[in-house]
Amino acid sequence: MGQVEMGQNAVSETITAGAGNADGSALSARGINKSFGSLVVAADVAINLPAGVRYALIGPNGAGKTTLINLLTGMLRPDAGRIFLGSDDITALPPEARVQRGLVRTYQINSLFPQLSALEAVTLAVCERRRIARTWWRPLTAYTEDIDEAHGILATLNLAAVCYRPTRELAYGQQRLLEIALALATRPKVLLLDEPAAGVPREESRDLFAAIAGLSRDITVLFIEHDMELVFRFASRILVLVGGRVLVEGTPAEIAADERVRAVYLGKEHGAPRHG
Amino acid sequence: MTSDSIAAAARETAPAGARDFLRGQIRWRWSEIVFWLATLLPFVLAPDYLVLASQVAISALFALSLDLILGFSGIVSLGHAAYFGVGAYTAGLISVWGWGEPLTGLVVAGIAAGLVGYVTSFVIARFRHLALIMITLGFGLLLQEAANSAGWLTGGFNGLQGIHTWPLLGKFEFDLYGYTAYAYALAGLFLIFLVARRIIHSPFGLALRGIRENGARMPAIGAPTHSHIRTIYTIAAIIAGIAGAMLTQSTETVSLEALGFQRSADVLVMLILGGTGKLYGGIIGAVVYMVARDQFAGLNPQYWYFWIGLLLIAVVMFLPNGILGGLELLAESAKAQWAKSKWAKTP
Repeated sequence: MGQVEMGQNAVSETITAGAGNADGSALSARGINKSFGSLVVAADVAINLPAGVRYALIGPNGAGKTTLINLLTGMLRPDAGRIFLGSDDITALPPEARVQRGLVRTYQINSLFPQLSALEAVTLAVCERRRIARTWWRPLTAYTEDIDEAHGILATLNLAAVCYRPTRELAYGQQRLLEIALALATRPKVLLLDEPAAGVPREESRDLFAAIAGLSRDITVLFIEHDMELVFRFASRILVLVGGRVLVEGTPAEIAADERVRAVYLGKEHGAPRHG
Repeated sequence: MTSDSIAAAARETAPAGARDFLRGQIRWRWSEIVFWLATLLPFVLAPDYLVLASQVAISALFALSLDLILGFSGIVSLGHAAYFGVGAYTAGLISVWGWGEPLTGLVVAGIAAGLVGYVTSFVIARFRHLALIMITLGFGLLLQEAANSAGWLTGGFNGLQGIHTWPLLGKFEFDLYGYTAYAYALAGLFLIFLVARRIIHSPFGLALRGIRENGARMPAIGAPTHSHIRTIYTIAAIIAGIAGAMLTQSTETVSLEALGFQRSADVLVMLILGGTGKLYGGIIGAVVYMVARDQFAGLNPQYWYFWIGLLLIAVVMFLPNGILGGLELLAESAKAQWAKSKWAKTP
């Protein structure tokens, strides 16, 4: 089904010439500018995620990585620039409308529903996607398929055993997984993961990235990550952001070989880009 | 374990586990059935207090409406009496204009309050926390002064004169002892409680709890938060309006006090005393508050708010989840104690 839609996108792209890129881009943005007063957080940023890509967004602290996710998902309004989901211009859409069209994010710092059980939280996300969350005259338990779907998502992320517990009682790593479960429940086409493994021990973060790598290729994934080993293992393309500007964009091999990247960013790490 | 085998296992256990878990949350408990049967006791045990009982039931309905927005959706309000007052005056006005049939009066009052609620909800949905307290407070004061100055319509400071409520269903007069009034208020409370209970356990109710828990996160799962808030705010306004109309109809008077700040504060106190976000909290709170007020006023007619203040401080300090939250804790520890003693006997 995803591929059919992709095909349709490619057709419509050729019609609305200039919107998005013609090579089946899932998400693209160009000319994105944003400043808070005199602080420039995005300067003429362009980004293009080909459908199905595993895309890493890297850069030193304060480079504007999270800001870029906020801009792409509509949590922040850009001062200038346009954003396309497939071939549709979504620059003016509010965040929830973008989510409904399949552009979904997770948060670097857990942003969950403390008193809801994990099952309820994911069921809620499923209900919102199916547009039944406005229904107040039927009990939730009547929607068995949606409950099962939520439980299935939790199970694939190894959360089935703890899904009846209130979110606040879950271990930190489990809460990180629940972030991803909530995003998956919205059936994303493009998933933007803001440091999915932030604060998770190195061993567990590998499992977490294995889960991300195991996601369907129908989902285009962008992730922010500081661990270069994980970046070079899982990314098929990398964008380096420095001071709100795109320094360079390319394949892992190109990034590893790039002198500017070494100088500005990777140079600090000892022999970081082994992979390539 | 591969993710496939986990998924397969999940598919097998999901119907038994996940569905039962959610069903267990909405099941009627014995304590609930006992509670509603107990609401009939005043007819037998305290027939002299039926007028008070009817006012308790009306306050409980009003508190239930506040619980829907405050307890379940996290929308704080210090001006909820505005909708109570709109309902109260609407019911009074149509009676003065010559139509005293109570049930249609309730419907019209509910619609009027709902309309006002719907219009104001567009502002409400955009704010949270302290700003919301100020906006609702301001709106309440605004409406009270508007009603005060529109003396030609509302009777102003003197209240609305000449309200007469026709017999309920054409048969039951609203008597001096409050038999009809209590039956009427109790039936209204119970029926609307059933609706509220249904709302809370629906997908929409889950979305409301999501807004309460983390409103900022909701758009990121695709939720139209503002639209959800507008819906529940309108529903709460309708219920508050019906409560107001019931008070007008059963007392055959309505004055500015119906939409004053005091009433907004009182209902908030009742809900917090009883416990927010529990459906029954407002009802328990209304019983405790109204009975305490009745008793304290008997003891000390001038200074009874002193005791209410003391009660409020004590409850908030020692029972942060209200009286109902305290009772739940007590029941849980008793259960645990019982389980422990049973376990000790059977090694």
